[in-house]
Parts: sequence; C-alpha cells; structure tokens
Amino acid sequence: MGKENQQEEILQHVTQNEYKYGFVTDVEMEIAPVGLNEDTVRYISTKKNEPEWLLAFRLNAFRKWETMKMPTWAHLDIPPIDYQAISYYAAPKNLPKYSSLEEVDPELLKTFDKLGISLEEQKRLAGVAVDAVFDSVSVKTTFQETLKKHGIIFCSFSDAVQEYPDLVQKYMGSVVPPHDNFFAALNSAVFSDGSFCYIPRGVRCPIELSTYFRINTANTGQFERTLIVADEESYVSYMEGCTAPQRDENQLHAAIVEIIVMKDAEVKYSTVQNWYPGNKEGNGGIYNFVTKRGICKGNNAKLSWTQVETGSAKTWKYPSCILLGDNTIGEFYSVAVTNNYQQADTGSKMIHLGKNTKSTIISKGISAGHSDNSYRGLVKMVKKAANARNYSQCDSLLLGDKCGAHTFPYIKTENQTSMVEHEATTSKISEDQLFYCNQRGISTESAIGLIVNGYAKEVLNKLPMEFAIEAQKLLSISLEGSVG
Amino acid sequence: MLSIKNLTVSIENKQILKGLNLEINKGEVHAIMGPNGTGKSTLANIIAGKNIYTIEEGTIDYMGKNLMEMEVDERANEGIFLSFQYPVEIPGVSMVNFMRTAINEQRQYHGKDPLSAAEFLQKMEEKKKLVEIHSKLTNRSVNEGFSGGEKKKNEIFQMAMLEPALAILDETDSGLDIDALRVVANGVNKLRNENNAFIVITHYQRLLDYIIPDFVHVLFEGKIVKSGGKELALELEQKGYEWLNQPSK
Repeated sequence: MGKENQQEEILQHVTQNEYKYGFVTDVEMEIAPVGLNEDTVRYISTKKNEPEWLLAFRLNAFRKWETMKMPTWAHLDIPPIDYQAISYYAAPKNLPKYSSLEEVDPELLKTFDKLGISLEEQKRLAGVAVDAVFDSVSVKTTFQETLKKHGIIFCSFSDAVQEYPDLVQKYMGSVVPPHDNFFAALNSAVFSDGSFCYIPRGVRCPIELSTYFRINTANTGQFERTLIVADEESYVSYMEGCTAPQRDENQLHAAIVEIIVMKDAEVKYSTVQNWYPGNKEGNGGIYNFVTKRGICKGNNAKLSWTQVETGSAKTWKYPSCILLGDNTIGEFYSVAVTNNYQQADTGSKMIHLGKNTKSTIISKGISAGHSDNSYRGLVKMVKKAANARNYSQCDSLLLGDKCGAHTFPYIKTENQTSMVEHEATTSKISEDQLFYCNQRGISTESAIGLIVNGYAKEVLNKLPMEFAIEAQKLLSISLEGSVG
Repeated sequence: MLSIKNLTVSIENKQILKGLNLEINKGEVHAIMGPNGTGKSTLANIIAGKNIYTIEEGTIDYMGKNLMEMEVDERANEGIFLSFQYPVEIPGVSMVNFMRTAINEQRQYHGKDPLSAAEFLQKMEEKKKLVEIHSKLTNRSVNEGFSGGEKKKNEIFQMAMLEPALAILDETDSGLDIDALRVVANGVNKLRNENNAFIVITHYQRLLDYIIPDFVHVLFEGKIVKSGGKELALELEQKGYEWLNQPSK
C-alpha cells in the first residue's frame, strides 16, 4: 500500500487548483437580442456600420451555416449547443477611442492588471503594441505611430473594414471560405471584431504584435476574426494571448484566423491560450472551436504556428498551413495541457501543393486528472509536390492514471519523391523522477512544474521571449496546487 | 545526529532489515559494507524517505526529530542528501535550473531570500572547481545522456552545492574507473568537516583507500553484524563475506 496511494493523492492535489483568473469586470454592456436569424446578422452589420458587400458576405455565410451540422468526428464529448440561446453581439457601452491609458475605464485596467498583462507593463517592458480586445470591441491600440512609420497596418477588424475595405474584401475568406466548416460559417455570419494586420512589401515589423482576447459577458458567444497579410519579403511575429473570467455557463468561442504569406515573406504566429477550463467537476468553461489557417502563397514563404494551450473546457483547433508556393515552409509547435475534465482535440494540417515544400509538426500533449487529450493531424502531399518533406513528432505525457492521450495522424502522399516521418511517444512522470527532485529539497509541485516545462521546452523555445516566460508560468499554474 | 534503533523493514511481506541499530555523530564517516541484497540500499532509501517500504518496528531520530514523520523534501531541506546509485534522467530540465530550484527551495525552507542569478552562478563555479567538474555537465539536462561516471560526479557536485549535514553515498563507486573514483573521493574529502557526517555504502574496500572512514559496519542479512575501525574493511577484503556466516549465527 502506501506509496501508490500517496502518489495519487499528491497528483490529485497538485493538478486540482482553481482557475486564478476567474473574475468579472463590471462594465456596462450593450447586448444583442438572444438568438440567431437573418435579423441578428443584419443587426450586427448595422451596429458596425458595415458596407453592403460585408453584409452580403455575412448573409451568405449564415445561409450556408443553416444547412450545416456541427462536426462530430473529434474525440470530444460535447453536449448539444442551443445556438438560439446565445447572444451574438456585446459591446461595452459608450466607448470612445482613447489616446492615452488614463482615459481608459479603471475597471478595465484593473482587469488587465489582475491578469498580469497591463498595457502599461506591456508598453514599458516588452515594447509590444497591444490591440486589446475586450469582448467584442477594440478598446485600446498602442504603438500605432511606430507602425505607421513602416507603413504597417495593425488595427481592429472593424476599423480595417472602415478604413481599408479593399484590402479586407480582397483577402477575407480567401483562406478560410465561409462554408469551410460549421464553426467557420457561424463566425463568418456573426463575427463581431478582431484584428487586422498588413505588412507591406520588404518591411520587417520591428515589434512583436500582440492581441489579448477576453470573454466577459455571460451568455455571449465571442466570434473573433483575425486577418494577417504579409506582403512579399516581409516579416512579422504575431502573438495572441487569452484568458477569461470564471463563469458557470459554457461559453462558445468560434474564431477564425487567416494568414496570407506572399513570396519570400515570413509570419510567426504564437498563441498562449488560457481560457476558463471549467471547475474540478467539469462544469462550465469555454468551448474553443477555432479555425486557423494560413497559406504560403508565393515561393519561399514561411509560416510558423506556435501554441500553448492550457485553458478551455473543450478545444477543437487545427492551425494549418497550405504550402502553395515552391520551397515554402510550414511549422506547427504545440503544447496542449488538459486537466480535470478538460477535453482537447488539436493538431495541425500541412497541405503540400508546391515543390520542395517542407513542414514540421512538434506536438506535446500533457494530460492530468480525468482529462482527454488528442492529437489529430493531416499531412497531405499532392502529385505536384515533388520532394516534399514532413517531420512529425507527437509526444504525450500522462500525469496520473485517469486521463487519456490519443494520437490520430493522417498521412496522404500522392507522389513517389515525398518523404514523411512520424514519431510518437507516450510517457509518464515517473515516481523515481519525483523522488529524485524531492530528495534535493524540491517540493512535488515544483518538481512537476520543472518536469513538465522540461518536456515542453522544445516548443516553449519557439515562443518570443516575454511570451515564453508567461507560458512557463501558465504551465505550472495549470498543473500545480496552492503554493507554500 | 542520526540514531537508528531496532529498525525492522519489509517490502511486499519480505523482511529486509531485521532490527538494525546505527549511531552517527557529526564529524564522522561511516562505511557500510556487505554483499548484495543485504539491505544496504534499503537503509539509504529509508533514511531519504522513499515510501515503498513498511516500517514494522524501530525508530530513527535525526537531530532530535522523528525522521519517520518528515516528508522527503523536508528531510532534504533539513540536511539529508542521498547520492543515488542510479540517478534518474530528467529530460529538458537543465542542471542549472534544477540546482537553482533546489537551492532556492532549501533557502526558502530556512526563511532566507533566494540567491540572485549572479550569486548562484558564482556558487556553482566555486563548487564545480571544488569537485573538478567540467562546465559542460551543468549545461546539459539533468543526467540526460550522462555516462555512468558523469552521473556519479554530478551527484557529488549536487552534494557540494547543497552542503548537507548528513550525506549518504549509495554505491557511488560502482562502475567507476579509477579517475572518476578519485574525483568522487576527493569531493567527499574536501567537503567533510566537523559539522557534517557521511554514510558511505560500498561493496568494495577500494573506495575506502580514498575516503578513510572512522567506522566500518558490516550489514548482513538485514542486521549490522560487525562494526570496527577502518581495518575491518581490509579484513573483509581478505576473508570475503563468507566468514560472517559464522559470527552471525
């Protein structure tokens, strides 16, 4: 007896800590009537003062969505969602545009402070331009001046629609068409806001671009849309971070991220996702059903996805690369942590269309508690994609014996010259490792944090510095118990 | 410092230690010798707090405290160090990060502020020199891809960093070539002083040519059957463990 039980107890203890970012900001909200029909779509479009073509885009998407069914192939257990019980638009009321932080509602600033991502801190320490999305409407944009100098456009999606309608119309829906999938169609019909970024030809964006998403109003689905266009020979590193306050009802999130990478350009897209995962019993939490896809359009283009996923009750997410140009490169680095009753079905798709295209997939799953963590990936090489290469590595780390880890790799090659390598491992944190750490005076909580961070290092190293530190903390917070 | 009385321990209903007694005072080096499977490593693990054994009888007092009531990390922070016979690998965790965490948790336990990065690195350089460790080892992940000798040297390096009151070396000499053995022994000799104590567990007299013990104990069939000075080790080397069969009966 003894040892195993105790081990179990410790694991249970350290893997069951409460979500630290569960709080609600008290700001007056303007909310759309509950339910979804063509009127809702028109309401949103009118609220946002959108041009006719965009309303047509939304209505087209809505009509497609009505004919579609929610996908059930993922290794997820999702109770039926009543899409008519959700409100599809929420905006903080009477929101002016701010020119300095002092003008921002102190309640909002406090919220960011609690998350440790205050704009001020970000501005001072990291030199990051932050486009903070508070629920649906962009609240604060910084560093616009610096960006303007380089001709870089970085603004809320709504602003982009007003100010750069041609660019938006040209690229929106070109990578993720409205009918792509159920959630993409839903987003295309009712998306509220998001971010838009355009890097002109030959420009290397001098700062990391960052967006913080936050879900705040109970019963409000959030439908963000991000569009990034990197013109020829340009470079940008884009960071997206998420946290959400604690809520009992499930909140639906169905975002779209589209990235277009032109000839000789490079985009790095990094995500740290920490939405409310539900409580220890598996109640509440965010449903995160996201479509992220980029296209390497011109030759020698490069797109790199890095994600650290610790939150959400259910995750359905497959950041993908379409390698259209010759010699293009797609990368996917992922750490996904599931704890308690969280479920994640995540991975990547690498579609090789051009010659000499290369892709790398490194996926590190960490499961604890009663959670389920699945990797699902597709590597496809068409006939034309001569000499295409892929390397995939999918590792799973299990904490305790009540959680699950699954790997679903799909590989399709249609030519003789392509090469695909796939490696997968499953391991547990061994009792010997914990004993070794304990014997050096390291508490079990710290030891698990150390070991997990070591396991995820390959991916964490791909994150921009300031993001990596935040991600490390998050990994420990997600798995550790109370400190001291 | 350490007082073990009538310690009787079993694992899966099999008795391993059968009424073991041992007294260790500060400033002393005790060698524990004996053939395979007599409970030497069990004794080391019990003192460190490995929780796979059933303690049937007996007490262990460590500096006036009941050791049995202390967690593994608490024992470590109270100054108990185990140099493992088979150190585990922890992939992706750098030695620097590992050691810094260990040192700072120890300092926190004693109510001290954590070491700054500069202070820590300085301490590490000092200790590396002391135990003749090359800088490359500390840049790698904990024990990952280390040779047998490197792992043992790394244990001694950690011991030097943590400055324990009571260090237990569990067959640290096994599988070492003569140079590595010398490095390990030198490390111990430089670290021993009037305030700390060592338990050196070994099969062979060889290590005791380098680490001169104050006492030698022979552990046989779960009991200490003979104790003496350093000359006992030589006697064992000559006569083998077979002759113990008689006095033990």
